[in-house]
Amino acid sequence: MSEAAGEPILQTEGLTKEFMGFVAVNDVGLTVKRGTIHALIGPNGAGKTTCFNLLTKFHKPTSGRIVFKGADITDKTPSQIALIGMVRSFQISSVFPHLTVLENVRVGLQQRLGISMHFWKSEKTLDRLNDEAMHCLGQVGLAEFADRTAVSLPYGRKRALEIATTLGMNPELMLLDEPTQGMGHEDVDRVTQLIKKVSAGRTVLMVEHNMKVVASIADTITVLQRGSVIASGTYAEVSANPQVMDAYLGTTTTEGLGAH
Amino acid sequence: MSPRTKALYLVLLALLLIVPFQNMVYIVFVMKLLCFALFASAFNLLLGYTGLLSFGHAAFFGGAAYVTAHACKAWGWTPEMGILAGMAYAAITGWAFGSLAIRRQGIYFAMITLALSQLIFFLALQLKFTGGEDGIQGVPRGKLFGLIDLSSDTALYYFVLALALFGFLAIQRAIHSPFGQVLKSIRENEPRAISLGYDVAKFKLLAFVISATLAGMAGSAKSLVFQLATLTDVHWHMSGEVVLMTILGGIGTILGPVVGAGVVIGLQNYLAGIGSFSTIVLGAIFVVCVLAFRRGIVGEWLALLERRRAAKAEAGYRES
Repeated sequence: MSEAAGEPILQTEGLTKEFMGFVAVNDVGLTVKRGTIHALIGPNGAGKTTCFNLLTKFHKPTSGRIVFKGADITDKTPSQIALIGMVRSFQISSVFPHLTVLENVRVGLQQRLGISMHFWKSEKTLDRLNDEAMHCLGQVGLAEFADRTAVSLPYGRKRALEIATTLGMNPELMLLDEPTQGMGHEDVDRVTQLIKKVSAGRTVLMVEHNMKVVASIADTITVLQRGSVIASGTYAEVSANPQVMDAYLGTTTTEGLGAH
Repeated sequence: MSPRTKALYLVLLALLLIVPFQNMVYIVFVMKLLCFALFASAFNLLLGYTGLLSFGHAAFFGGAAYVTAHACKAWGWTPEMGILAGMAYAAITGWAFGSLAIRRQGIYFAMITLALSQLIFFLALQLKFTGGEDGIQGVPRGKLFGLIDLSSDTALYYFVLALALFGFLAIQRAIHSPFGQVLKSIRENEPRAISLGYDVAKFKLLAFVISATLAGMAGSAKSLVFQLATLTDVHWHMSGEVVLMTILGGIGTILGPVVGAGVVIGLQNYLAGIGSFSTIVLGAIFVVCVLAFRRGIVGEWLALLERRRAAKAEAGYRES
């Protein structure tokens, strides 16, 4: 994180994805600046998650380029980009249900030891990662649950665990796909604060539906509609954009969005 | 490992060690049991700990049996070299089959492994050295390292027991290794494992090769025990049987496949008198298992212990 904040960490040029003739993502140019929280919003079916899957290589783009830290990553595999500092979460909570909370984090940490193919070594060789794993869990307030299986955690805590696992990878860019989806009010606030807290020294790109969350923590917002970018800027800029109002409310009067 | 589990393993080991000194259980039957328990345990590494359902493990088990039988009979190799040859065959075939099959998931994975194993069945039927319908009979048990004569059942028993223990320990270690942790994470949530930077194809392939190699070791040992390698060993029925053993005993448990192998082999033996009706009985048991106790015998037992432990902890919490 020696590079200056404000420089682009992730850029796309003309990113397009077609599914059998249906254009899900159309000519998207996105610039995510280092050290910011960047939100990707848009109505249902706008192509947010597809866009996410393109960025993290889970889908191959039909055309266009993706540049991360100055290098073209368009042809990399999903596991490769995780190793160069870009780690994602998923829309549905993605923990390892029958591993313990500690093991969940440790599986991520284990990556960097380079011994993951060593089937003849005892798992005790992983114990040296326990302190660091506990530290990650402490950051999201899960330290006391370390020995429980992930499946036994309530939903909000599962999402927190997911963030802890992602943190363990020490990513420069965290991609969060709807981190507050399906949560109650308290959980939403807690996870929002958590994202704010862990974003220190990192860059976060998140897909989010909840406008309150976006308004409170996002530095930059990009609005997608029918696969294309229709606006990009701060919350104030974006919410004043007539096209955005039209997309969200089907009206161009300004009062509507003010009520949010 | 809890003290109670440790005690259980020690008792099991002691029982296995004294088998040649009693007359209640037929020693060749115990050897057969050991071979199948090892086969099922090797299979479980793939199904229970990686989440991959192979429907072609007979290719490794039976194919290795043929290789060992041929090496020992036609080339006069010592038993340990014969078994190593069988394992080498299983490892190479496992690598080849695995590389193809892991490109697909779920039912397609199972179908590819089944199709490939049918190729091995065809070869076993058609090639000269395999003896077609007759198989390879009268395989010499030979002298271990050229020294120890294995023609006595007792000597062979301890050799097979040593092989099986080696196999179980290898599997146990693989499960509880850094590699095993990643395997479990792939089983639990593959996209997440990918997003944490794991090239899951590499892990699945290595798991497949280890599983195939140990399945091959079981088949090789079996060909020495019965001095026989036949089409039964490479038939898809065998692939199905190992699935049955593993599910019946408990997927993803250490002892499950051993218990499952014991139940299936035991029943086959016991029901041999009623001929082909035995498959109906086995089938019925399988249906009951899938409907009533899905976690398998050992799986349900462990779940019961877990529930009791949780209830106790809850009670303790209330009192304090």
